[in-house]
Formats: sequence, C-alpha cells, structure tokens
Amino acid sequence: MSLTRTILRSPAVAALTSPHGVDRYLELVNPMWAAHEVRARVVRTHRETHDVTTLTLQPTSTWPGFAAGQHVQVGVEVDGTRHTRCFSISSSDLARRMRGDRTFTITVRAHDDGVVSKHLARHAGVGTVLHLSRAEGEFTLPPLLPRRLLFLSAGSGITPVMSMLRSLVDLRYEGRLTFVHHARTPEETIFADELDEIAQLPNVDVTVLHTRLGDKRLNELQLTALAPAYADTLTYACGPAGFVETVRELYAGRDTLRVEYFKTSTLPPDDEAATGTVRFARSGQTAANTGATLLEQAEALGLRPEHGCRMGICRGCTTRKTEGTVRHAVTGAESSAPDEDIQICVSRPVGGCAVDL
Amino acid sequence: MSNPTTLTDEQLEEFGAELDAIRRRIVDSLGEDDATYIRNVVKTQRAFEVAGRALFYLPPAWPLAVAALSVSKILDNMEIGHNVMHGQYDWMGDPGLNSRRYEWDTMCPSEQWRYSHNYIHHTYTNILGKDRDIGYGVLRMDEDQQWRPYYLGNPVYATLLMLFFEWGVLLHDLEVERIVAGERTWADTKHLHRGMIRKVRNQTLKDYVLFPALTGPLFPMTLAGNAVANLVRNVWAFGIIFCGHFPAGVATFSEDETEDETRGMWYYRQLLGSANITGSRLFHLMTGNLSHQIEHHLFPDLPARRYPQIAEEVRDLCERYGLEYHTGPLRKQLGSVARKICRLALPTRRRTTPEPVEQPLAA
Repeated sequence: MSLTRTILRSPAVAALTSPHGVDRYLELVNPMWAAHEVRARVVRTHRETHDVTTLTLQPTSTWPGFAAGQHVQVGVEVDGTRHTRCFSISSSDLARRMRGDRTFTITVRAHDDGVVSKHLARHAGVGTVLHLSRAEGEFTLPPLLPRRLLFLSAGSGITPVMSMLRSLVDLRYEGRLTFVHHARTPEETIFADELDEIAQLPNVDVTVLHTRLGDKRLNELQLTALAPAYADTLTYACGPAGFVETVRELYAGRDTLRVEYFKTSTLPPDDEAATGTVRFARSGQTAANTGATLLEQAEALGLRPEHGCRMGICRGCTTRKTEGTVRHAVTGAESSAPDEDIQICVSRPVGGCAVDL
Repeated sequence: MSNPTTLTDEQLEEFGAELDAIRRRIVDSLGEDDATYIRNVVKTQRAFEVAGRALFYLPPAWPLAVAALSVSKILDNMEIGHNVMHGQYDWMGDPGLNSRRYEWDTMCPSEQWRYSHNYIHHTYTNILGKDRDIGYGVLRMDEDQQWRPYYLGNPVYATLLMLFFEWGVLLHDLEVERIVAGERTWADTKHLHRGMIRKVRNQTLKDYVLFPALTGPLFPMTLAGNAVANLVRNVWAFGIIFCGHFPAGVATFSEDETEDETRGMWYYRQLLGSANITGSRLFHLMTGNLSHQIEHHLFPDLPARRYPQIAEEVRDLCERYGLEYHTGPLRKQLGSVARKICRLALPTRRRTTPEPVEQPLAA
C-alpha cells in the first residue's frame, strides 16, 4: 500500500500525468483511490434525534488522522454543486490505535436553511462519497492531561466534546471529569444513552440540562453548583455563539478556557442594501457599505484587488467571501453562503459583509 | 456617448435586457445535468488519452494511437480547458473544474491564457487596437490594419501559425510585435517567463521524453506519434478559432465607437463581431462549442453545452431587431477566412467611386 502511494506521489508519475495530476485519473477509476486528496465514503448512518444524524466515514488512505476536538471540512455535491462546510468529528481519536478502526464519525444537525447539513443528515446514504480537508483546529486536549477537566456544551456543540469524552474513556483517564450539557428536551439530546453509560464511571460527572423543561440556561450560579472551581479548571466549551459568549463572560479572561463555536450559516439580508460595514479581512480595513460593488469599495479604500473585465465575465477577480450576503449586480441573485468564492466586480454587499482582501 | 449601432438607444437597452434575461434563466437552471455532462466529457477525454498512450506499444496500431491522442488533446483544450478556464463550471465548486486551477494540455500556462483571452479578447472583442486577437500581432486580418510590405507574407505567417499554433498561443502574451515596435521592453515580459518555461518543460518532458522512453525501442515512433497528435490539435484548433471572428461580414469596431459603451452595446458588438459554424452534435463537441462563437461571446461563462439552446433565442432576437447572425458550414467559413488572409496580404484598394455625371433621360 505504502509502496503504491510512494510511486503515485513520485515526481515521475507527476510528470507523466501533467498537467492534471494523478488524482484526476485515479478518481475516474475509483473515487476512493487518491494519492493526494482526501475523500471518504459513508459506510453507516445512524439517526441520533429527529434532526441529527451520525455518519460513519471510511476515509481514503490519504487521511492523516485527527485529534479529538478537531473539525474537518466536508464537501458534498448537491444538484451538481459541491458545497463545503465544517463539521466536528464526534468519534474517539484512539479508535484506530486501540481497535484498528480507521473510520470516524461526524454528527450533523439538519438546519432548515443549511443545504449541506440537510443533505448530509437526511439524504446522504451509505456509499455517498464526500470530499474532506485534513482535520483542523486547536480545540484539542493538551499532551499532558490535567487532573481535572470540565466540558460545557449546548445543542449540537456536543460533537467535538463527545469526541474528547470518548477518547478519554478509551484512554481510561483517571482524573476528575465534569461534563455539563444543555439540550432543549430529552428527545433532542444527542448521544443521550451513551452519556448515561459514561455517567456510570466513578470519575465522571455528567449533567444534562433541558432548557425547554424548566432547566436554566448556563449561568454563574448553576456552574458554581456543578463545578465550584470551574475558573481554575481546564475547560472546553462548544455551542452556538450566544452560549459561548456567556461562557466567556463567566471566565472573564482566564486562560483556562478553550472555546469553539459554529459560524452562523447565513446573515439575514437587510432590506436597504447599503447598510452595515464591509470588512476586508486580509488588509484589516473596514468601511461603511456604500452599496457599490465590492471591487469598487475595495478600490475606494486604496486596495488593489486582482481583477480584469469589471463586468463579471473573466473571473479574474474571484475572491473568498467569509461572511454576509451579496447581490449579483447583473442578475440580482443573492447569495449568503459563508466561505464562498464570488466575483467582486459584480457583487454588491447587502448589509454587512467580510471578504478575504 | 456615441451609438455606432443600427439600433436606437432605447432598442439597445431593451436588446441588452433581453439578453440579460436569457442569462438569468440559464444560470437559474444550471444543475446536475450540466455537471454530469462535463464530467462525462472529462471521462471520455481521459479514456482517449490513456488509450492513445497505451496503443503506442502496438506498432501496427500507430495511426489509432495518434488518432486517440489527438482527440484527447482536442477535447482537453477545447470543450474542457477553454470552457473550464472561462469559469463555465465554477458554480460546481469542484477544484478539478475550477477556472483558476485548471491547467490544460498545451504549451501556454492557463493563467496567462486567462488574462489575454478571458479579459483582453472577450472584453474588447474586435476593437481594433485593443483586441490583440485581430491578427494576433502577426497577421493582417482587417482592412483597417495599416498595410505594410511585411504583410505580403500573410498566407505564409498564417500557415506557420497553424502548424505551430500552441507555440503561437504560448508567445501571445509576450506581445513580441510591440517589443519590435519599441512600445514594450523585454523586461516588461519578465513576469511571464517563469510560468512559460515551467509549462514548456512539463509538456515537452511528457510528450517528447518520458512517454517515448516508456515504450523502449519504440521511442522514435512514440515521439513522432505525440508530435503528430499535437500537430493535429494545432491545425484543428487554428481552423475553428479563425472561423470565430474572421469570416467575411463580421464587424470590427474602433476605439472611439466603443468608448463608454453600455451593456446593450457590448452585447451588440459581441454578436456582430462573431460568427458561428453549422454542424452535427459531434462536430460542436469537437470544436468545444466554439462553433457557437456568437453565443459564447454573449455569455462566455455559461456552460457551452447550453449554447445550442441559447442560439435559438438569439436568432429570434436577431430577427426581431433586424441584426445579422453570421453562420455557415465549416467549408464556407474556412474558405472565407483563407480568402481574407490572402486578400489582406496586399494593400487594400480604396474603392474609388466615380464622380456622378449628368446623363440624358432617354438615349
């Protein structure tokens, strides 16, 4: 296997398959053959709650593995278009070493307005091939585990925390582990059965709070009761932006806190287009949205983005938009997907917007 | 703002709006079928490529090997490369079919091609002095290009360009004629050299060293076969591309006419500055749908497989607005281009209109 890989990655093969590269040929024979790219096949799906599904993925031999808590960019084709979004890995990072299991899982909640999450959670059956990035992210356990650990999560923010929890169980972590999870109802609690099981371990305290059934949202009183020394304990928190903000306030700048939060998939477009601020991330410039095209607004700030025709035909200006909604100056089509490539010469921001310029 | 067209300003605006509407309709309907189509073309091209490379091991199959490799290169350059680099499939989000990443099986680096073709040629189509594709800096392809004795060689230069077309495309961005004229210095082209050298090295190594070497004692046969395949592609691509803007009747424009152009006028220029070629579905595929040059110039970044569908609407539009729609079979268009190449080798005879004379009503 590794000899094959060495050959496929050799300069000789690169020269023979130039200019397309060896992966462009291998994928036509079998989508699971790759020399450089990482892909995975869905080998099992499991419905966790009414709108949450866990997909078990068998990656190509090019998958370099991951650390518990990391996320991966998942590309999936929906009606001819590949959409890419980030998902946290939910399985133990020791599965391979301890059980020889090369698969891993992602757990996805179907958002009503999320093309990818809906497709993955509801339609991606066994056999579907997904495009993956390498595992990314700093939301990981330290090499030397402390004697106490605290996990805080809300909703589908449980996924990276679950990966850590499962890894710690595999590792037979002997320190004190406290886990506080917030879900709306018992029915909507992801991994509920497994959490009950893990709660049986003598060194683990699991508390699941149901906000729709009268339990309070996370607050200082609640946290002090469940984990009195929380601010001094290495803490991992993951959930929606509001939840993470609350946690941040509770820790008031203490260096014991590690957080991860989900990017909102869409920002609602404003009625009046010329509102909000436009942020040019790479140059660090920000200005009020004038309603002009992003190229013009960038140039007004003295930036010189690469471009050509200025009328939407040559694609010389294609730039990554990281946040916000833009309207196509010609077609009027609006698009709100995060991290998408847009033609800045014909894109007018609708409300606030951030681009990689 | 001048209006050099046969339409009124209002008609022009309406004309532009109708074309914008066609564009919107097509964009809205892009999906699975278009993705499947281009992937199948890629699969077919790769199959021809692998077959071509493999058949060189069977000496009697040499002509077949050359044919397969020629088809592979033509498909790669035209229906796949040219169209993918226009961004026709960027909406698919597939890095393998992305305009900024695709590299094609020819000498010219795709990045340089995208600048001179997508930007310069497609934005300033047929504007004399701005569109370097009018004669490619080598030929005289328009009456309004000032004649010089150099152009006596027009048919010879065209033949050479046809045979070495991929090299001509490679060198296009250097704008050698402007260096000769002293308008540009060699140093101005420095940013292009590295990309060019790298691509030429890769292409040459593959076609003229590695694949021939892999066939061992058949080295010379394979080398010759690869060279012939590149030549076939050169001649074919040259022929199709020259039928795009040079047949008789296709309009050119001046810089003055096109200053402060409206969107409607831009569409008008693209329409009258391009010519189609009629033919079968297979023919359209092998031309990379450049046989629909008019539709391609109106909508360069819409998937080419939609051009036949768009053509029906464009022809209807032309009829309603009384605009010409240049088209004809390959033989006719090629003949027209060949005659123009020869005719323009000689200085243009200014047609001297005789002074009107008085004439008796009855003899």
